[in-house]
Amino acid sequence: MPLLKIENLHTFYGHVHALKGINLEVEEGEIVTLIGANGAGKSTTLRTISGLVRPREGRIEFNGHLLNNVPAHQIVQMGISHVPEGRRIFTTLTVMENLMMGAYTIRDERVIQENLERVFTLFPRLAERKNQLGGTLSGGEQQMLTIGRALMARPRLLLLDEPSLGLAPMLVRAIFETIREINAGGTTILLVEQNARAALKIAHRAYVLETGRVVLSGPAHELMQDERVRKAYLGER
Amino acid sequence: MQFLQQTINGITIGSFYALVALGYTMVYGVLKMINFAHGGMFMWGAYIGLTVTTGLVALVGYASPWALVPTLIAVMVAVAGIGVLVERVAYRPLRTAGRLAPLISALGMAFILESLARNVYGASWKTYLPGLVPGGRVALLGNVRISVMQVLVLLVSFLLMALLYLFVYRTRVGTAMRAVAQDHEVSRLMGIDVDRIIATVFLIGPGLGGMAGLIVGTYYGSFDFTLGWSFGLRAFIAAILGGIGNIPGAMLGGMLLGIVETFAAGYISPQWKDVIAYVILIFILIFRPTGLLGERVAEKL
Ligand SMILES: Nc1ncnc2c1ncn2[C@@H]1O[C@H](COP(=O)(O)OP(=O)(O)OP(=O)(O)O)[C@@H](O)[C@H]1O
Ligand SMILES: [Mg+2]
Repeated sequence: MPLLKIENLHTFYGHVHALKGINLEVEEGEIVTLIGANGAGKSTTLRTISGLVRPREGRIEFNGHLLNNVPAHQIVQMGISHVPEGRRIFTTLTVMENLMMGAYTIRDERVIQENLERVFTLFPRLAERKNQLGGTLSGGEQQMLTIGRALMARPRLLLLDEPSLGLAPMLVRAIFETIREINAGGTTILLVEQNARAALKIAHRAYVLETGRVVLSGPAHELMQDERVRKAYLGER
Repeated sequence: MQFLQQTINGITIGSFYALVALGYTMVYGVLKMINFAHGGMFMWGAYIGLTVTTGLVALVGYASPWALVPTLIAVMVAVAGIGVLVERVAYRPLRTAGRLAPLISALGMAFILESLARNVYGASWKTYLPGLVPGGRVALLGNVRISVMQVLVLLVSFLLMALLYLFVYRTRVGTAMRAVAQDHEVSRLMGIDVDRIIATVFLIGPGLGGMAGLIVGTYYGSFDFTLGWSFGLRAFIAAILGGIGNIPGAMLGGMLLGIVETFAAGYISPQWKDVIAYVILIFILIFRPTGLLGERVAEKL
């Protein structure tokens, strides 16, 4: 049984039909990437999974539980953490407070400390900056904080929405390396990326989205060879 | 000497404004909405306090300042209940309806709370029983004297503010409150039940406001149904002055407004105190449009 199973998912924003029957599966331990042009519905897919928007039709099953009507704040508790698009850290809270909000659903102080140590090992920079206000961090540090904050809940499935957006090339490489490390630590990852080349490189499988529909899917290394993918998303002629 | 006396009086009134301003600022923080019904809730604190003390005095047969202790708790619980109820029926259904609808709903609630008070208690001035207020004065320094009542009022107000500060800045739920104030959606992604946090704000803000109503009622001795607007609007101005949404700002704004008003009345003229006080405040806002502590927080673009 896949960890996440999405069937015929339809999501609307008012009259805008953003997802038009998505089917998607993520197996435990995988990195699955979702690529597609602007407005294809990548973020909407993640937002529907994490409960920020409600689907009108279809099913989202996680670990055998139907998520369709579970409120967002309870979905975190079930093991899904969502790093939203655009580095939305709490700028008025310190780095430490941001991380503690990531662990909001965990009441066991020992587990929180364990998770904190893991995050600080992954991002030593956050440990150095722990008493600074989130808003005073650099762009790259803020991205580390959003990911670290999500990991504080020790999720089984991590949803990442364009983690490399707006970062310098060196930081982009570092972020993808970190994603691989997180995955190697046992966390399943659903990754949305504009940087299709880098995403396909670290992913096991990929889905290509176009205007709310899955148009292609398969093992990442196969899609990387696919003519249509190369033309549309890897910038080749 | 007169200066010291005026300062103490100013701080006393300022602490009333601060307690009420906190309610405006906390609600604004999490909902980005002005809860115009807050003045009405504050006023209900004064009325409920009146009923409870009258009842207690009838029960034990004499009036004692000790009656104010259970009254304070009863008023806090009752007005916090009003706050949560108002949020649930008048604000939550309009949470996604833009900015104007909740504003109108808040104004509507303000009129409802005021009319209810007038219909239940009548339009005449109400007076707290004399024996309730602790009498006597204590010498502070030379001929500066401070009433026992003033000491109590200041102690209670500062204790409440200190507790609130510790709650908001040192506890898990307080931190969640600040997180919700910044981003509802991301807060939900953290596993924070945003509705519950907002309800908590409507428990604390009106709870404090209600206690302030009781304190103001007993301090001045008498009041009528216009108290909500007259006093509530000043406290609202104090919240704006401190930087709406900012909790230390509300405390500072309240204190400042109380002191400026008192000095203007004492040194210049009681008839002109409002004119002078608000001219000064308008000037402060011209130079600091976000209020004294508003948006002081570092924010990278
Ligand atoms: N809040 C909203 N209200 C109305 N329409 C929306 C809203 N959010 C997204 N949409 C629309 O839904 C569609 C899918 O948007 P979505 O954000 O999921 O795309 P995306 O693939 O993440 O794009 P990008 O690469 O630009 O982030 C788009 O047509 C978009 O205009
Ligand atoms: Mg997107």
